[in-house]
Amino acid sequence: MIITDDLSKNFDSFWAVDGVNLRVMPGEVLALLGPNGAGKTTTVRMLTSVLKPSRGQAQVAGFDVVHDAQKVRASVGVLTEQHGLYGRMPANEYLDFFGQVYGMDFQTRRARSARLLSDFGLVMDAHRKIGEYSKGMRQKLALARAMLHDPPVLLLDEPTSAMDPESARLVRDSIRELRSARRSIVICTHNLAEAEELADHIAIIRQGVIIASGVTAELKRTLLGPVEYEVRFGAPLPAETISVPAGTHIVELGADWFRFSTIKPSETNPILLRQLLDQGFAVVSLREAPRSLEQVYLQAMSQVPEVEPAYA
Amino acid sequence: MLKLFRQNLGPALVITRREVRDQFRDWRILFPILMLTLFFPALMNFTAERALRFVENFGAPVIGERLIPFLLMIVGFFPVSVSLVIALESFVGEKERHSIEPLLSSPLSDWQLYLGKLLAAVLTPLMASYLGIAVYMVGVYRKLGWLPDSVLLSQILLLTSVQAVLMVSGAVVISSQTTSVRAANLLASFIIIPMALLIQGESIVMFWGRYQILWWAIAGLVVVTSLLVRAGVAHFSREELLGKELDSLNFRWGWQVFIQKFSDGAHSLLGWYRQVFSLVSREMVIPSILVGLVLVAGIWVGTTQAKVFVLPPELMQLDSLEGGAFQGTDVIRFYSVTGVGSVWLHNIRAIVLASLLGLFSFGVLGVIILMLPLALVGYFMASLTTVGMSPALFFGSFVLPHGILEIPAIILAGGAILRLGATLATPSHGQTVGEALLNSLADWFRVMIGLVLPLLLGAAILEVYLTPRIVTMVLGG
Repeated sequence: MIITDDLSKNFDSFWAVDGVNLRVMPGEVLALLGPNGAGKTTTVRMLTSVLKPSRGQAQVAGFDVVHDAQKVRASVGVLTEQHGLYGRMPANEYLDFFGQVYGMDFQTRRARSARLLSDFGLVMDAHRKIGEYSKGMRQKLALARAMLHDPPVLLLDEPTSAMDPESARLVRDSIRELRSARRSIVICTHNLAEAEELADHIAIIRQGVIIASGVTAELKRTLLGPVEYEVRFGAPLPAETISVPAGTHIVELGADWFRFSTIKPSETNPILLRQLLDQGFAVVSLREAPRSLEQVYLQAMSQVPEVEPAYA
Repeated sequence: MLKLFRQNLGPALVITRREVRDQFRDWRILFPILMLTLFFPALMNFTAERALRFVENFGAPVIGERLIPFLLMIVGFFPVSVSLVIALESFVGEKERHSIEPLLSSPLSDWQLYLGKLLAAVLTPLMASYLGIAVYMVGVYRKLGWLPDSVLLSQILLLTSVQAVLMVSGAVVISSQTTSVRAANLLASFIIIPMALLIQGESIVMFWGRYQILWWAIAGLVVVTSLLVRAGVAHFSREELLGKELDSLNFRWGWQVFIQKFSDGAHSLLGWYRQVFSLVSREMVIPSILVGLVLVAGIWVGTTQAKVFVLPPELMQLDSLEGGAFQGTDVIRFYSVTGVGSVWLHNIRAIVLASLLGLFSFGVLGVIILMLPLALVGYFMASLTTVGMSPALFFGSFVLPHGILEIPAIILAGGAILRLGATLATPSHGQTVGEALLNSLADWFRVMIGLVLPLLLGAAILEVYLTPRIVTMVLGG
């Protein structure tokens, strides 16, 4: 579980993170989105008790990040933006080293290392030096390191960057598994499709301030307006022939499709569909118009203009 | 107890083991160490043998006798110098490659991480050094039949060990203030230059043959190393290591922090002075007492030296003051009447020099500089007894008239210097090192401008206009 209240960090006179409030319950995934330098890494570092907050507080896995720093660090698995692996070390030795650092006994760290190396398809390369690994393999090893001590909280910075689609899928499946195992997970990513796929909650941070946060659907509604629906036809048809029932409003019209908004879709959509079929139109589909997280992100960014950095 | 020890030290040793293993995988570290351990002692054996034979031809065997122990010291020092490279690589190198972040995110405490890395940086070069010393000794014994006595060998081993820890602890302080190996290498001259001077000093001692002085060198090094380790522990914190991404200076912020502390919220000169007095009474009592004790020790050291360096009685002409009561004392700037401005500026210069040296030596060298005039006072007090003048009379006539202001000024300045120097060795809770240093610097300026400079000005006026009259009056010239 992660709970932050007015979490802020100031470097010299610059507020890198300013008043961040987050809540990630066990079994939830939060995607922390934002441009480079927005304050994501600083937030993660405060949540791992690596940096002390200048203001506000945070609880991670039930421990205070300032007063129980060591317990917080023992309860968190971190995938850092730069993996920071030791190039001259073989992967199995590397995991064993971190197992010792986390105070795991020999049997446990051996079993966990073997399991993670197997899960991430690194068993065959376990004795090779990390310096000889590809980018994707390093990413997987770093992720294995983060999961090694089976932490209740995971903070993952760009978990699938530099990975081929197959490996990325493997990692996403692992994250889903961890979510099912009631872990609290924060993902910092620029991959919005991935964030949308994995996250229960989204928080968009800019210049250290959370400018939008909530469940993805809720954010879409808030930032992009009410849900729109799209009807597609088997063949082009003249625009003037389309009539819609009361309570619906056409917002966009194409050659063989149109998009409409409605306040009560459960009432109006069946009527509209029946009406179109009765008129003899070859309706191929009626569905909610796809609205991506990217649109939400860009909308959030455009709504809050960039300002001069806040100085204390 | 043992369990607690293992619990705390165990994780540190995990770091040490990994790093030492990593060093043995890196030929760039292994090769020079092997060269310095095996080839260099052999070369020194050859040099010692040749040099001994050469100087014997000219009837100067003493040079050879001194050269052999000197080379023993050098053979021990060279492999140890590699520890500086290893330490910079281990601390700032890891920071640069970002491999330190996973460690900082682990449950290890700052000091466990520090200790683990310190041991790792010291261990390999130190083992190489001991091995080098052994190789050298075996060679010299086989060729020349020479073996060091146990005291000298202990001194060399201790010197080597302390120097290794000194360089590594210095490297940690440097590493914590930089974000790249390149910048750290540039800053490493702050370690290399003093170490080179130290080795030169030790060489002089070894050729002089006064080996007992090495104990003083060892004691001094232990003190400086302890302070550096203390500073290293204070600075090797997660906040310091990851708090900054670039080695950049923010002058605007620095000025704001400084001026805020300097003014301390005062709106008038009177209010400002109230704050300065409050600072002195709150935070400068202990450092000032320490400096006071050091100054008394300075007088004592001066009196002891009067027996070593005896002043010829003909130089102390107390009956002809107009001809110069103490010929030559103006040369050492002990007593010179050259005008108020000149005396004042001279004293300011001494305090600024002491402060600068104090800043780089945790206040130690600064206080030693301030100790010197008092050592001279002690020296003259003791010397004048030989021509029948009481030390109290000398102190009361030559020193006290202006010393009544100058000595408190020196004590306050010393206290401020100690505080400034101690900032580097003290963990500053809730502040970065830069912030703490700026705050201490502002306090230093407050004490200097508010109290020390006016006191020194008063002392200079008294020294020029009052002291000579009192001296003349007392001595009846």
